[in-house]
Amino acid sequence: MAVLVIAEHDGEQLAAATRSAVAAAQLLGSEVDLLVAGHRVETLAAAAACIAGLRGVLSCDAPQLEHALAECHAPLVASLAGEYSHVFTAATTTGKNLLPRVAALLDRAQVSDLMAVVDAQTFVRPVYAGNALETVRVEETPVVASVRPTAFGAVGDDDPVAIRVVQLPDAPPAGSRFLKLEASPGERPELTTAGVVVSGGRGVGSAENFALIDQLADALGAAVGASRAAVDAGYVPNDYQVGQTGKVVAPSLYVAVGISGAIQHLAGMKDSKVIVAINKDPDAPIFQVADYGLVGDLFQIVPQLIAALEK
Amino acid sequence: MKVLVAVKRVVDYSVRVRVRADGSGVETANVKMSMNPFDEIAVEEAVRWRESGQAEELTVLSAGPDACQETLRTALAMGADRGIHLRVPDPGGALEPLALAKLLAQQVAREPVDIVLLGKQAIDDDANQTGQMLAGLLGWPQGTFCSAIRFVGEGLEVVREVDGGLEHLALELPAVLTTDLRLNEPRYVKLPNIMKAKKKPIEVREAAELGVDIAPRVQIIQVAEPARRTAGVVLNDATELVARLREEAKVI
Ligand SMILES: Cc1cc2nc3c(=O)[nH]c(=O)nc-3n(C[C@H](O)[C@H](O)[C@H](O)COP(=O)(O)OP(=O)(O)OC[C@H]3O[C@@H](n4cnc5c(N)ncnc54)[C@H](O)[C@@H]3O)c2cc1C
Ligand SMILES: Nc1ncnc2c1ncn2[C@@H]1O[C@H](COP(=O)(O)O)[C@@H](O)[C@H]1O
Repeated sequence: MAVLVIAEHDGEQLAAATRSAVAAAQLLGSEVDLLVAGHRVETLAAAAACIAGLRGVLSCDAPQLEHALAECHAPLVASLAGEYSHVFTAATTTGKNLLPRVAALLDRAQVSDLMAVVDAQTFVRPVYAGNALETVRVEETPVVASVRPTAFGAVGDDDPVAIRVVQLPDAPPAGSRFLKLEASPGERPELTTAGVVVSGGRGVGSAENFALIDQLADALGAAVGASRAAVDAGYVPNDYQVGQTGKVVAPSLYVAVGISGAIQHLAGMKDSKVIVAINKDPDAPIFQVADYGLVGDLFQIVPQLIAALEK
Repeated sequence: MKVLVAVKRVVDYSVRVRVRADGSGVETANVKMSMNPFDEIAVEEAVRWRESGQAEELTVLSAGPDACQETLRTALAMGADRGIHLRVPDPGGALEPLALAKLLAQQVAREPVDIVLLGKQAIDDDANQTGQMLAGLLGWPQGTFCSAIRFVGEGLEVVREVDGGLEHLALELPAVLTTDLRLNEPRYVKLPNIMKAKKKPIEVREAAELGVDIAPRVQIIQVAEPARRTAGVVLNDATELVARLREEAKVI
C-alpha cells in the first residue's frame, strides 16, 4: 500500500512544509501520492507533480475546498484513505486543524508531530514541550500522522508525475464559512524555513523597540520571531511566536534577544544548529542552551552587532 | 445556551519534567499538577458567557484518576455550575485523544449542549487533537486555536491564530471550539468562591462502563530524554561574536 500526503497551499503556492511531509513519507519505503485539494488548483497540481519521488498526484477541485476548512477537506481525505497504509500531513496550523478530524472519521488514532521514522509502524514524537521523546508503535491501517517539518529535509523537484482527478464525496453542510485572513506583512523570509532567525522577547520592551530586532534581522537576512511574552504584550503579531504552542524552527542560526529561555520557548528552537543569546541577566536559562552568549543591555549590544555585521 | 468545557489535569507548566530512568515514562510522583493552561482559558471564556447571560448552564468535564476532581473544583470555583468526572483508575494508561473525543461525544448525546469548548492542546501529550476529533465525530463545525469568539445572530464569529496570521470564520451552532493563548486572561480564584465550589455537584461515572471503546491504540514503547545542549561560551563583545559566527560556526 502507498502513502498519502496531504499538500498544503494558499491557493497560489505549495507550502514548503509539504515537501518535508513528503520527505518523511518517503522514509517509509512505500510509494507516495500527494493530494492537492482546493479551488482552481490546476497550476498547483502541476507544480506538485514535479515534486521528486512521487508516484502520482491526486487533485480535487471544488468551490467548497477553496479555504482550508476541515469540515470540507476531511471527508475528502477520509474517502481516499482506504487505499493507503499511511496518511501524512505537515504539523502546521492547517495540518493540525484538519488531520484529527480525518482520523476521527476513519476511527483511527493520530500520531502528532512525528520527529523520526523508526520503521513504517514506529515513530518518535516529542511530549512535555520536547522534554521527553516517545517512541510509539501503531498497528492500525492507515497510520494517521502529522510531521514536524524541521525534523525532515525538503524534497526538491524532478520530472512531473501523472495527475489523477478525484471527486469530492457527498458530505453534510460544513456549518462554517471563511470570512477573511488578516495576513501578517510578509516581506521577510518565512519563519519556519529561514536559515537565520532573530527573535525578540519581553526584554525588547515595546512594539517601537522591535524595530531594532528588524534591523538586526535585515543585517543577517533573517526571519523574525518572538517569545510568547512579546506577542502577548502586542509587540508583534501572533504568528511570530516560537515555542511549544507556537512555531517550531530549526535554522542554522537562532539569535534570542531579551528572551529568558522558558522551556516552552526552548521547545520551539532548541534544535537550531547554532544559538546566540543576548540578555542582561547572566543567569538566564537561555545561556544554558546557547553556543554563544553576550551578557548586557540589548539596546547597546544589538546596534554594535549590526555595525559589526556591516563591516 | 448550554456549554460543556473539557479540563485536563496535567503536570504544571513550570515543572521541568524528568524521564524515568527505566524509560517507562516521565516522573509524575510528587510533581505539582494543575489544570491544563489552555483549559483554564476555556473555562474563563465560558464563565464570562455565563456571567453575561449568554450561557445558562456551564458544565465542566474531566477524565482521569480521582485527583481530577481537584481540577473540576478549580473550574467550579472559577464559576462553572457542575462537574462530571469520568473516572479512569490510576495507574492505567492515559486516555488517548480519540477515546476522550468519543466519551465527550457520548456525553453530548446524553445531555445536548450548544458549544463544547476545549483547550487547543494538552501540555503533557502535546497532541492538539481532541477538539477536532470530537467535531468530526459529531459532524459539527470546528473553530480551533481561537483568539476571539463573538456571538453574532444565531451563530458565532471566531478569530483563529494560524501560521499566516489571523483567520476569521463564521460558525453555525452547535460547534466545537478550542482556545489559544490570547483568548483571555484567566481570573485568580478567590477564597469565598473556593468555599462555594465545594457545594457544587460533581457527578462521577466510570469511563470504562460507558460503552465506549477507550482502549489505547498507540503503544508507547519507550520514553527517552532528548539530547541535551551544553552551554557554550560567553563572549566579550559583538565584534567577537561576528568573528566566531563567521570563522568558527560558519553560519553567516
Ligand atoms: C501553556 C503555555 C504555553 C506557552 N507557549 C509558549 C510558546 O510557544 N513560546 C514562548 O516563547 N513562550 C510560551 N509560553 C510562555 C513561557 O512560559 C514564558 O513565559 C515566555 O517564553 C517568556 O518570554 P520572554 O522570555 O520574552 O520573557 P521573560 O521571561 O520576562 O524574559 C525577558 C528577558 O529579557 C531580559 N531583558 C530585559 N531587559 C533587557 C535588556 N534591556 N537587555 C537584555 N536583556 C533584557 C531579561 O533578563 C529576561 O531574561 C507558554 C506558557 C504557557 C503557560
Ligand atoms: N483527560 C482529559 N479530561 C478532560 N479534557 C481533556 C482530557 N484530555 C484532553 N482534554 C481536552 O482536550 C484538549 C486537547 O488535548 P489534546 O488533544 O490531548 O492535546 C485539552 O486542552 C482539554 O480541553
